[in-house]
Amino acid sequence: MAKILKKSPADLIFSSVTALASFSIIVFIAGILYVLISESSLAIKQFGVIKFLTSTDWDPVKESFGALTNIYGTMLTTFLSLLLAIPVAIGIAVFVTEIAPGFLKGPIGIAIELLAAIPSIIYGMWGLFTLSPIMANHIEPFLKKTVGGLPLIGMLFEGTPMGIDILTASVILSIMIIPFTASIARDSFNLTPSVVKESAYAIGATKWEVIKNIVMPYSKLGVFGGVVLSLGRALGETMAVAFVLGNNHRITTSLLDAAATITVTLANEFAEADNDVYLSSLFYLALVLFVMSFITLAVAKIFLLKAERKHSQ
Amino acid sequence: MLEQIELRVKGLNFYYAGGIHALKQINLPVRSKQVTALIGPSGCGKTTLLRCFNRMHDLYPGNRYEGEIHFVKDDILSPDMDLISLRSRIGMVFQKPTPFPMSIFDNIAYGLKLKGVSKRPELSEKVERALKNAALWDEVKDKLNASAYDLSGGQQQRLVIARALAVNPEVLLFDEPTSALDPISTAKIEELTETLKKEVTIVIVTHNMQQAARISDWTGFLMLGELIEYDRTDKIFTAPSEKLTEDYVTGRFG
Repeated sequence: MAKILKKSPADLIFSSVTALASFSIIVFIAGILYVLISESSLAIKQFGVIKFLTSTDWDPVKESFGALTNIYGTMLTTFLSLLLAIPVAIGIAVFVTEIAPGFLKGPIGIAIELLAAIPSIIYGMWGLFTLSPIMANHIEPFLKKTVGGLPLIGMLFEGTPMGIDILTASVILSIMIIPFTASIARDSFNLTPSVVKESAYAIGATKWEVIKNIVMPYSKLGVFGGVVLSLGRALGETMAVAFVLGNNHRITTSLLDAAATITVTLANEFAEADNDVYLSSLFYLALVLFVMSFITLAVAKIFLLKAERKHSQ
Repeated sequence: MLEQIELRVKGLNFYYAGGIHALKQINLPVRSKQVTALIGPSGCGKTTLLRCFNRMHDLYPGNRYEGEIHFVKDDILSPDMDLISLRSRIGMVFQKPTPFPMSIFDNIAYGLKLKGVSKRPELSEKVERALKNAALWDEVKDKLNASAYDLSGGQQQRLVIARALAVNPEVLLFDEPTSALDPISTAKIEELTETLKKEVTIVIVTHNMQQAARISDWTGFLMLGELIEYDRTDKIFTAPSEKLTEDYVTGRFG
């Protein structure tokens, strides 16, 4: 009997190879983290943690650096893009799964996936040459004229509409993440058992009532997962926003101002980092982004696990 | 004894979207406040027929009905039929329990809310009555706000029956309601049909011939889309007029 339990050599090799592949991921992550920490150690020593995170300085001449403007830009563009993308993506998913006639479902599904396949640099170019003038000449003046005069909301639309600003960057970012959210939302909507939908129709629910009361609650976990994935993507996206965000290390309340995100700063400034503190501060900034993404995903995972447990009870 | 006819199927033909002729010239009365069972081998059209009564086939494009189903003064198959109100008058219970992703209370209240009942005391009263009628009240009265998924399969199926009862339907359609349940839960549901038929007309599709014999008053036997025989249940199971029926109920095929 003992012989049967013994693994054959081929099995042993196979399991070692797969184990090696899996552990290499952990080694990569640890390696990246190590490089980020060691390269930024100079800046960590110089600015500390709290001061670096709360300082709005970004002054290569005085060699004084802080991450707050970049963190602010990253969070603001991410938040705005999600705000714009989520309703559109859910609308697409509802249309494709519940409303569109059969012959439209396929083509729209493929179009969504194609949108996801476009390299982000192309979004950036399109943003700079097409979207930015439209925003500057039409949409932003319109927003200024209509909601710009309101108290508080007006603050968001101060300044000259240039088209190279937080708003334009968020719009591009939202177009980029719509396909992710939409296709995951669509897949989760499709998981709603048709017999449960039929039961709702069978007691006299309309199509809209079935979508609102049955399909949406049934798939909210999956939709949430799609949103988190989009969030991760929006946090780390560089090329699409680099062209249209400007590079402005200032905290501004107006969405019509240029700003900087962590990724855009990194992409733009490595070439000009001419001293050790500057270079080290850029690595420090990358470390901050690494931690931010990590925390976002961890929080989302914990949330999903909790919700899943609640759901399966 | 002459019972009132609740539903009268006249010359019904049904074609699925692919062109399959699933029901052929069906004529069948469904008697009021009685249990009518539809039996027959798999693919005979019994579920297809059941789903004609609440126009479930309309959910999928391309399906086509011919003929008439009289329901009181209306023709169910008329293009002008208001499906929303039809479906609140003719309820349906499916093969697998289909609780909605909400609390026990909200599951029952759902149909009522769709009909515009919004006052809490009225909802509570009707939910309680529906749960009592479905013989589930004693088991759930202390946890009405718990998720419907917390219930066992048998309880979920009674919850679904209560949900259908809450809107006061005139007819209940059962599509193999016990095929996913254990024998004890099955017995409870069978008992329930006995009490329910004082209030509603029941049409049940079942694979289980003993079940049809136990709980129904009338039985229709279908094969290959045709209604072979329709009669009182005891006659179908003891002295059928058709050879095919006899072969089927004695277990020679199917």
